[in-house]
Amino acid sequence: MSAEVEHIDNQNAPAPAPATNEIVVEMEHLSKSFGTNHVLKDINLKINKGENLVVLGKSGSGKSVLIKCLVRLLDADSGKLIVLGKDMPSLKGEELNEMRTKIGFLFQSAALYDSMSVRENLEFPLRMMKGQTPEEKTKLVTKALKSVGLEKAIDLMPAELSGGMRKRVGLARTMILQPDIMLYDEPTTGLDPITSKEISKLILQVQKENQTTSIIITHDIECAKITANRILVLKEGKFIAEGTFKELEKSEDEWVRSFFE
Amino acid sequence: MSKILYLPASMEDFFLEVDALSRFTGRFFKTFLKPPFEFSEIIKQCFMIGYKSLGLVTVTGFIMGLVLTIQSRPTLARFGAEAWLPGMVAVSLIREIGPVITALICAGKVGSGIGAELASMKVTEQIDAMEVSGTNPFKYLVVTRVLAAMFMIPILVIFADGIGLCGSFIGVNIMDQVGLRLYFSKAIESLDFVDVFPAFIKTFFFGFAIGIISCYKGYTTTKGTEGVGLAANSAVVLCSLCIFIIDMIAVQLASFFMN
Repeated sequence: MSAEVEHIDNQNAPAPAPATNEIVVEMEHLSKSFGTNHVLKDINLKINKGENLVVLGKSGSGKSVLIKCLVRLLDADSGKLIVLGKDMPSLKGEELNEMRTKIGFLFQSAALYDSMSVRENLEFPLRMMKGQTPEEKTKLVTKALKSVGLEKAIDLMPAELSGGMRKRVGLARTMILQPDIMLYDEPTTGLDPITSKEISKLILQVQKENQTTSIIITHDIECAKITANRILVLKEGKFIAEGTFKELEKSEDEWVRSFFE
Repeated sequence: MSKILYLPASMEDFFLEVDALSRFTGRFFKTFLKPPFEFSEIIKQCFMIGYKSLGLVTVTGFIMGLVLTIQSRPTLARFGAEAWLPGMVAVSLIREIGPVITALICAGKVGSGIGAELASMKVTEQIDAMEVSGTNPFKYLVVTRVLAAMFMIPILVIFADGIGLCGSFIGVNIMDQVGLRLYFSKAIESLDFVDVFPAFIKTFFFGFAIGIISCYKGYTTTKGTEGVGLAANSAVVLCSLCIFIIDMIAVQLASFFMN
């Protein structure tokens, strides 16, 4: 475990409240269907700068589709989507690519490039940054790996990493472009409770150090407890509850409360 | 999409597949001339496709030449025409057997490799990860592989033709005594522009077909890990079929223009 993670563990700090009221993500009446399967139904959502928003929901409730629409991996069928002041659906080509560098996405499986070493994985997003010397790139890679406690894994291949290490390398790769918004898709799925806790604390650490806005998709209640400023509960493509961890823990809705038991 | 009436489902699937492949090919032509050009990745793919296929192409090329010589010799001997053996083998190898067999070998090795690699990247969200990092994965993964296949298949075919002639030389020398210089001068003497040029040109199309079809199958795969195997398998089958179709068209065009 890295020194930074230990530090947060000792503090046992809850997620800090958003620093400003500046809205960085705004969704209005967003809908997405696959054939006759309506996955997202009239979603309305505003996220403040520096906020850690957790979206809770059962498998198949549309959580991953929500963040994939946000980064335009999927196109919503209808509705408004403003990210960092830009109308996402209207962005094309280079404009869209540039916007995507401001949004980090940590995939459920970490999605490390199998044919590349850890170093090459981290250098890959830097290809888009012009005018950087190899030394500067190495410095950034080392710094990113150090922040997740894996500087010694720099020359390993993804196949040589454990599940937790893959997630951390994935996080380092996502953070290397210092995005304004971080999207986490089930960051603790498939990990043991101790590693899950480490990843959750890393998410919190990233948010504290870089003042990023985060959307965390999960059904891991421990992860939500550690990272969330605000929790939204998604059921069958609709938000059915919103609040802090403590508020939702005492929700009158039995279905919502069942997540916290 | 509305159903096309009066067509059996398998036929409808076939036309939908042709449509999707055409769009994919169109996207390749729209993308490959736009910067940034991924030169280092193209060189890496040339190495993967060319150098890594060299061993297989050498063995098959050698056997091709040797077997063709041994099988043809008795027929030519019946007419007392053994002296034509180098020329006959050279024309057969360079016009037809060398390009087609090498392309089929590459369809198996390169096509299945590209299909499986891209399909596995697709199902493990690696292609999505490239996209969200601001890179155009189509340009980085597809354009580079198709161009590398277009550059390397013709080179591999020339190499296989050369090795095939060496195999043929050994085949001739099993029964007769022919010098290396005499054998090769006889073989090259019998070759004409009409034998070499169309055969060389069609290898670019073989390379393009292998690259684009295997990338298409891998890049558009679905059905999770099951899709990886399906993509590799269908890439090889479709590439092989396309090689024969391209060969047939090339032969018709060559005879139309050259005669």
